[in-house]
Amino acid sequence: MSANALANQKYGLLIHYDFCTGCHSCEMACKKEYGLEQDQFGIKVAQYGPVQNSEKKWEFFYMPMLTDLCTLCAPRVAEGKLPTCVHHCQAKVMQYGTIDELAEQLKLTPKSALFAPKCNA
Amino acid sequence: MVVKGNTYNLELYKDMYTWQEGDYQVFRTTQWSAPGCHNGCGVLFYVKDGKVEKIEGDPQNGWNCGTLCMRCLDILESMYDENRLKYPMKRAYEDRGKNKWERITWDEAYDIIEEKVRYIQKNYGHESIIAEIGTGRNVWWQVPWGCFAGLQSPNQTGAFLSGDSCYSPRSSILALMSGEYLTSDMSQMLPDRYESKEWVVPECITIWGCNPIMSNGDGYLGHWIVEAMKRGSELVMVDPRINWLSAKAKHWLRLRPGTDAALAMAILNVMIKEKLCDYDFIEKWTYGFDDIAKAVEDMTPARASEICWIPEQDIIDAARFMATAKPMAMHWGVAIDQQPSATPTGQALICIAAVTGQIDNPGGSLVTRSAYNISLFSQEGFEDNITEEQKEKRLGMHKYPMRGTGISAMAHTDVVLESIETDGASNDCEQYPIMMQWMQGCNPIANMAAEAPRVYEAICKVPFNVVVDVVMTPTAMACADLLLPAAMGSERDSIRAWWWPLRAITKITDYYEAHGDEQILLDLVNRLNPSAAPGEEVKDWVNDLLANHSEADFDFDYLKEKVIVWPEWHYYKHEKGLLRWDGEPGFNTPTGKIELRVDWLEANGLSPVPFYEEPHESPYSTPELYKEYPLVLTTGARSYEYFHSEHRNLPSIRAFHPDPLVEVNPETCKELGLEEGDWVWIENQRSRCRQRIKFNPGLDKRVVAAEHGWWFPESDPERLFNVFDSNINNLTTQCDIGKSGYGAAYKCLLCKIYKCTEENSVITPTAQVLDKGGFKYERKRLS
Repeated sequence: MSANALANQKYGLLIHYDFCTGCHSCEMACKKEYGLEQDQFGIKVAQYGPVQNSEKKWEFFYMPMLTDLCTLCAPRVAEGKLPTCVHHCQAKVMQYGTIDELAEQLKLTPKSALFAPKCNA
Repeated sequence: MVVKGNTYNLELYKDMYTWQEGDYQVFRTTQWSAPGCHNGCGVLFYVKDGKVEKIEGDPQNGWNCGTLCMRCLDILESMYDENRLKYPMKRAYEDRGKNKWERITWDEAYDIIEEKVRYIQKNYGHESIIAEIGTGRNVWWQVPWGCFAGLQSPNQTGAFLSGDSCYSPRSSILALMSGEYLTSDMSQMLPDRYESKEWVVPECITIWGCNPIMSNGDGYLGHWIVEAMKRGSELVMVDPRINWLSAKAKHWLRLRPGTDAALAMAILNVMIKEKLCDYDFIEKWTYGFDDIAKAVEDMTPARASEICWIPEQDIIDAARFMATAKPMAMHWGVAIDQQPSATPTGQALICIAAVTGQIDNPGGSLVTRSAYNISLFSQEGFEDNITEEQKEKRLGMHKYPMRGTGISAMAHTDVVLESIETDGASNDCEQYPIMMQWMQGCNPIANMAAEAPRVYEAICKVPFNVVVDVVMTPTAMACADLLLPAAMGSERDSIRAWWWPLRAITKITDYYEAHGDEQILLDLVNRLNPSAAPGEEVKDWVNDLLANHSEADFDFDYLKEKVIVWPEWHYYKHEKGLLRWDGEPGFNTPTGKIELRVDWLEANGLSPVPFYEEPHESPYSTPELYKEYPLVLTTGARSYEYFHSEHRNLPSIRAFHPDPLVEVNPETCKELGLEEGDWVWIENQRSRCRQRIKFNPGLDKRVVAAEHGWWFPESDPERLFNVFDSNINNLTTQCDIGKSGYGAAYKCLLCKIYKCTEENSVITPTAQVLDKGGFKYERKRLS
């Protein structure tokens, strides 16, 4: 996907993964909202660590990733609701918005990632 | 930069009890068990044609602020599981263990109960009936009342949780030292939460003996701590395992399981030696500081380092940070309780909170009571229903004097077990046999009972058993004569006051003939002792509680409409005369101060100050055993998927976590020729069970951490769902507890692990228990 195409996409999720606790609420909320099969995910949490970087420092973080099944909850958003993963995220590390506004916030938020899923193409 | 998530659309998420949204009637209420956990989150049930079709977190509820965990998000699978109990059922005594049930009506069930209870009362005494509950579920203020008012027995108890090793050890020592409960302050007392002007973000949160984001123990939602971390709180994490919190901690103290008292005393040693304490607070509000200074004098960081397997400098650095960070919130969990030195460990931890002056201050440790002082939590509030003579017959009251301090009206679990085993000959009061168990919301042989095979024998020995639950459990299959179907959260009226604010639980739907726990107990009391019943409906009962046992000036209908009501909160209550019965400043203790030294303990043959006691089975106390079992075993670490033994029957949850897991350091595995995912036998001198290896490189190489609560609902009910195969409580023991009567070694035993093979798996633990008469070893007895 070219940088240009990305810039044209309108909505996405900013995920402040520094504080993602890996609780699976986003995954379960999505599965139940859309009746997904057991091996299907609209959002899936990946894990890095625990890994020891130095004698005193451990690294252990989670990263929720959006799959091609993600619609950014278009039906919910049309009703005025938040995507269900954002609504239920226990650590409240997910933000739904336009790519432009989220990109601004991304600059101020270390250990975060901006997702523009396929549904936005 | 604090990412707070988006703002919810409050035109859609209303501040009222119910509204219409498209085809759905939306109900705003509180979800407590069943299915279970320690929390009471605000939820929205979306109902169509009398059936819940979906659930969402309630953004208007300041407890969970719109979020939900995966278990609530999957609640429909629980509520509409085909295997849920639908009708009352009975089974012939000789068919115990067999899947031979006969559907009966509620009236028939109550007739049977009434007849049995009256027969036992007449021939053996009221005290011969015991009532048992499980942790944190929405039965644990109701069952004590039902036991006292209905069965009129003094013996309500936790279901074979050895040493009452959940919260009672902490709460009893808190009662003696401070007269109160203490809870870490994450703004949960204030309706505006993290935006409240009064609240201060803790500079340090000391988390000791729990992983709150998974366990959510003790009426506390763990993710509140994450909000504080996002706002700058740093952690001191005391935990043998690396997990998400310990990896992020400023100071992670990886202690050897069961050595918490030594570590806490060493931290006090540093604070006192380096004069880092809050001497103004100590002078004004504590008693016995010099005795504490003396008690911890010899527990230097160097000595604790050897005991706890933590580098000396780490202890010093953490102690300095805990003492100088303001405010410092102490958050302590069940691991404190699940070791024989539960009481002295609790003493040392309360001393840390007190000598740093971090008591009832914003961002510190709050003096916490139930909202509107409603007398639900402390079960002695219901004791008016039994006679003084009956109280004297409560098992364990005489053997363990701390039980008489007024904080717990529970019979002692290990004394109950021995009473069953000896037909009452071992009672610490008048001799009487246990003739009946009323078991509600508990599944001891799958979950909390130490030495599960021994407890299996005991529960089957009792002549008549009633089990109230939501699904068929191994416990029910093993021993129930009557099985009563319990309603789930949205199928019952109830109330939630543990701790704050006050919340309504509202009946919205029905499920076949399942009845709410409250309704069942109310029916029981109306049958057996109608003069004690506040009415026939749960609403009558709740209104009686609100009117006569609380400071609230509203009734259930008001609460139901509001859903959640916040009383006015006060910090520094001890300064304002808001704690003591006489209205004077101070704490509810004999000295009016936090008693660092507890004279009452000394008068009752216990140590007035903390001390260190080595775990009873350990590398140092039992070196011969350690040669054969060279790994320290800690059990019961929580996961996001499961609340104790629940949720194993739900495919969507199980897919995330299909098998029982034992965490082991990869280097230990390499030495033992084991790979991640291997099934291994975990074994000690008592017994064994099998779980799968999960690597944890952050565990000490000498420590393994095994899960609890495993049974296999998909397997044969008549094999008790293979409840013993992966049951870590095959290895734990009953009747080896702290001198105070509190604390059993769920967290600090020894074991070895080796790979499961076809040859060494011929006789499974379940087969050993059900077909071969159990495991042979010498059972411990209370000393």
